Amino acid sequence: MSGHVHKDYTGAKFGMWLFLFTEILLFGGLFILYSVYLSRYPQEFISAGKELNVWFGGGNTLVLLTSSLFVAVSITALRRGAKRLCLGLLGGTIVCAVIFMVNKYFEWSAKIDHGIYPGSAHLKEMLPGEMVFFNIYYLTTGLHGIHVVIGALILAWTMALVKSDKVNANDWVILENAGLYWHLVDLIWIFIFPLYYLILH
Amino acid sequence: MTEEHSHIVPYKTFLIIWFALLILTGITIAVAQYNLGALNIWVALGIATLKAGLVVSVFMHMQYESYLFKLSLLSALAILAIFIGFTFFDVLYR
Repeated sequence: MSGHVHKDYTGAKFGMWLFLFTEILLFGGLFILYSVYLSRYPQEFISAGKELNVWFGGGNTLVLLTSSLFVAVSITALRRGAKRLCLGLLGGTIVCAVIFMVNKYFEWSAKIDHGIYPGSAHLKEMLPGEMVFFNIYYLTTGLHGIHVVIGALILAWTMALVKSDKVNANDWVILENAGLYWHLVDLIWIFIFPLYYLILH
Repeated sequence: MTEEHSHIVPYKTFLIIWFALLILTGITIAVAQYNLGALNIWVALGIATLKAGLVVSVFMHMQYESYLFKLSLLSALAILAIFIGFTFFDVLYR
């Protein structure tokens, strides 16, 4: 059994991409929800959008873009035999994920302290468009946040595989696929950031 | 490894793309400070799409993949576009 294990790299990567397409359509649905309500309540989306802090959103954009760079470079590092560098970069990516979630925690806490959360009494007193804005905001950024946590766990598992040489310079497709998932998380944030934090300033 | 997936992307390429992504983020924040009316959303979406294109083609290696990958990505995006387009045919002309 050992010795020659057949690995279908193209198949493994293609399977990952097929999964990512379903993710794109999932978040696509949420963006459709956003755009339909934006066209229905443009003024209320502006007033509600002003409540969001550009610094949190912008800071998290930098964190995710940089983490994507780390993952991309880690694949090159592993393939060039720089295992140490690869592990360091993956560790850096997980640190970025943690920073992202800590930011999110403070951001959401501030909102919740102001009584803005799904189903709150304060939200019910708002204009219908503002209520919709915050509900979609919590749904979209919440689902994205879950993806950040899952992505970080997958990268931690990949790191362990790299450490034990199960993922190495000759067999790196798991790292490649974990990286693809992480880039998707970044990709979705690239659209969330301008739509929720910027468009209406 | 007998299959052809030997393209190793140099570090420098990734750094350049990362830098471009930061610049584009700066531009999108700067443009958002001006009230351009309906144009704001199209500029924001345009820049976001450009950023997404850079991430997909370089960070996600799409430009080094075969036509199978490229065509399937295109069909997924086409389905999303149909999804969005048909929703708006309904919503805008009610």
